[in-house]
Amino acid sequence: MNAVWHYLAGTLGPDLTRIILGLVGILVLVQLNAVFLVWLERKVAGHIQARLGPMEVGPHGILQTIVDGVKLVSKELITPRHVDRKLYVLAPIVVFLPAMVGLVVVPFSRHLQVRDLNVGLLLIFAFSSFNVLAILMGGWAANNKYSLMGAIRSVAQNVAYEIPLLLTVVSVLLWSGSLRMSTIVNSQAHVWNVVFMPVAALIFMICATAETNRAPFDIPEAESELVGGFHTEYSGMRFALFFLAEYSNIFIEAAVATTLFFGGWRGPLLPGVVWFFLKTYALIFVVMWVRWTFPRLRFDQLMNFCWKILIPAALIHLVVYAGILELVR
Amino acid sequence: MMTRTPEPATEHTFYLNLGPQHPSTHGVLRLFVKLDGEYVMEVDPIIGYGHRGHEKMAESHFYEQFLPNTPRMDYLSGMLFNHAYVAAVEKMAGIKAPPRAEYIRVICAELNRVASHLMWLGAYLMDLGGVTPFFYAFDDRENILDILDRVSGSRLTYNYCRFGGVARDIDDIFIEATRDFVKRLRGRWKDYNNLVTKNVIFIHRTRDVGVIDKDLALRFGCTGPVLRGAGVPYDVRKAEPYSVYGEMDFDIPTGDNGDAFDRYMVRLLEMEQSLRIIEQALDRLPDGPVTTPTPRKVRPPKGDYYFAAETARGALGYYIVSDGSECPYRLKVRVPSYGNLQTLTEILPGTLVADTICILGSIDIVVPEIDR
Amino acid sequence: MSSEDLKRALEKIVEPSSVHARDYERNGCLLEIGAEPGQLPAIARAARDAGFFLEFITAVDFADGPVAVYQFNECETISRTQVKVQLAREESLPSIGSVYDAALWYEREVFDLFGIRFDNHPDLRRLLLPEDADFHPLLKEYGKVHAFRSARDIYDDQDA
Repeated sequence: MNAVWHYLAGTLGPDLTRIILGLVGILVLVQLNAVFLVWLERKVAGHIQARLGPMEVGPHGILQTIVDGVKLVSKELITPRHVDRKLYVLAPIVVFLPAMVGLVVVPFSRHLQVRDLNVGLLLIFAFSSFNVLAILMGGWAANNKYSLMGAIRSVAQNVAYEIPLLLTVVSVLLWSGSLRMSTIVNSQAHVWNVVFMPVAALIFMICATAETNRAPFDIPEAESELVGGFHTEYSGMRFALFFLAEYSNIFIEAAVATTLFFGGWRGPLLPGVVWFFLKTYALIFVVMWVRWTFPRLRFDQLMNFCWKILIPAALIHLVVYAGILELVR
Repeated sequence: MMTRTPEPATEHTFYLNLGPQHPSTHGVLRLFVKLDGEYVMEVDPIIGYGHRGHEKMAESHFYEQFLPNTPRMDYLSGMLFNHAYVAAVEKMAGIKAPPRAEYIRVICAELNRVASHLMWLGAYLMDLGGVTPFFYAFDDRENILDILDRVSGSRLTYNYCRFGGVARDIDDIFIEATRDFVKRLRGRWKDYNNLVTKNVIFIHRTRDVGVIDKDLALRFGCTGPVLRGAGVPYDVRKAEPYSVYGEMDFDIPTGDNGDAFDRYMVRLLEMEQSLRIIEQALDRLPDGPVTTPTPRKVRPPKGDYYFAAETARGALGYYIVSDGSECPYRLKVRVPSYGNLQTLTEILPGTLVADTICILGSIDIVVPEIDR
Repeated sequence: MSSEDLKRALEKIVEPSSVHARDYERNGCLLEIGAEPGQLPAIARAARDAGFFLEFITAVDFADGPVAVYQFNECETISRTQVKVQLAREESLPSIGSVYDAALWYEREVFDLFGIRFDNHPDLRRLLLPEDADFHPLLKEYGKVHAFRSARDIYDDQDA
């Protein structure tokens, strides 16, 4: 390992080497994560529904996702005639941006972080808005009433739920004092943030579920109402890309939640990386659990919930918390 | 099924086809809706995609030959349709089935009713987005299908009743399996109540949605859980008892508001009442033969007859005109989903598209019985 | 709100001789009325005022013309009432869609399967068959069965 590093650093320069290795690592992580999460979702769904889930391919169906991926890759890439070609092709690619860029600043352990930007948190949330753009592109380009309705709903939902998300993050920032991700983790050295701001953590998880279009907020892709929502017209690998991007987004949202509220990589005995992944996947398991338990909210109920309940709650929390911090300091 | 030429859409309204291929329209139903943004302005249900001409077939088939047609009209209440047809012709021809056969018919019919309601429950919640109850309901329903499969040979379209009795006698394994099933399902009510009835999101989606009040229900000739959800305790099994329902002790659950939640509760409670009927029938099951000798070809006397029964969806009726020969002169099947579906033209306008699916599911229609 | 009320109301509309009681145990029906087409809206209104709902509308094809059958029922007592209207070929009936909304589809179905037209029906188009079908399947002259009978042949012998 060290020899490889020194050789590369010698030829390309340490910064560039670090960037390249980091990006390669992120790509690998995103893909592996997507593969793993698809399998995990199917297993969790199966067990909640009193059945086993995939069991045939590989021990307990571990290789199922790979086999499904091969099947999807082998399908013909159908581009319907009346779509807006550039946007239609671009949408599934753009939808990966939030996860890829976000993972650049997430601290996996004390030293495992591609770039520790001093505005790391801001970068993550800035790029998470690309999710909305990609869905809108996909729905519009498909030239189809169903897709358009799905895209419109998605835009409204995502834009609305970003507000309480960011408000709760501001509460965390008041405590940590910095947007730098490693500082936020270090500020939780003694006690995790969730212990003294549980409401913020709850609101963050709810908004994260809504941002990633997971049930009970999955109106944009509601199968039984709009056939497929914004991805009605996508098939084969393009559909798989949307699908995998959703899992990557879940991962980045859970990773951010871990960093902000659950102490990031901090934990006794085990190495930081292990703790990080344990916490992240525990949160993802809860997100999946919620999906298979609840029916879907109706769209206006969803928007009411955000504007009339979550935003006031987040605002009140912020004000109260700021007050408490002033008194304590 | 003709479509009207739509008026030109304004800049806010557009026409959308929900169906005929759609995961939630419970059969091949096409809802031609005129939308203004998210709101439904008009809806025109277009049916007939599954018209197979059962009534015309009846005119050229012997009464016995029409038996397999009956469960294929409403495939989820196959045993109930079959039972009602056999009871109708028996009444016409003056044939009396032995008591043991009557009790067996009632047990199988009530098992079928429970299976139909379980299927409805799973499918309805899946339409609303909660996939998990679908699996639980189907798990329970598989038990019923296995029990009925053993005795009748089919899992869905039962052709088990014959003129004068039933095709085959039941054995101890059937009785034991049915008793076990009753006990098992009673233990599951707690799970269903926790997962569904008390689920906040489910309540929000179904309370005050799709209100069909008593006046509307009677204007459209609705029967079954739609009418009972509106507060009218009309059940053919109590109003015009047939078979051995007159000897059974059971209640008729009703709702107050006539919204989707009330219809859900009515069906849930009806399943419990069906279990009561099954238990009573099993306790009172007499010994004896399961068939009486009947002529090879039944020739009912001339005249017209009407027989009413209660299926999972409402009041079923067979109107048979006989000319004394071995084929019916006219057979009209009055199906409950006919009136139930028509209410959509009045309750859907003004609601959101998402509620369309919720309301359609709560009415519980099976399109093939409408199309026949 | 019972069949007695309805019977009295109907006797005012049709000739009392066309109102006869049936044997409920045998036929499933309590009361039967023979009516003229023009009396139908009044009959429907009387039924609605007595609290009855429309169970179905159908027709039966006979040699001398179809017979339209309307059936009304009530929730509280056994009071099923049938109204039969003997029609000539090509005769049309007034629609009772303004009284009972349920009638709208039943009348469309009768038009579709028998070719009987209903006047003042807001939307008389085929219900079950494809829109371009040019036949009426349940007429006896269509298809395999040509077992024409006359209405008197069947209805007069019943209850005997």
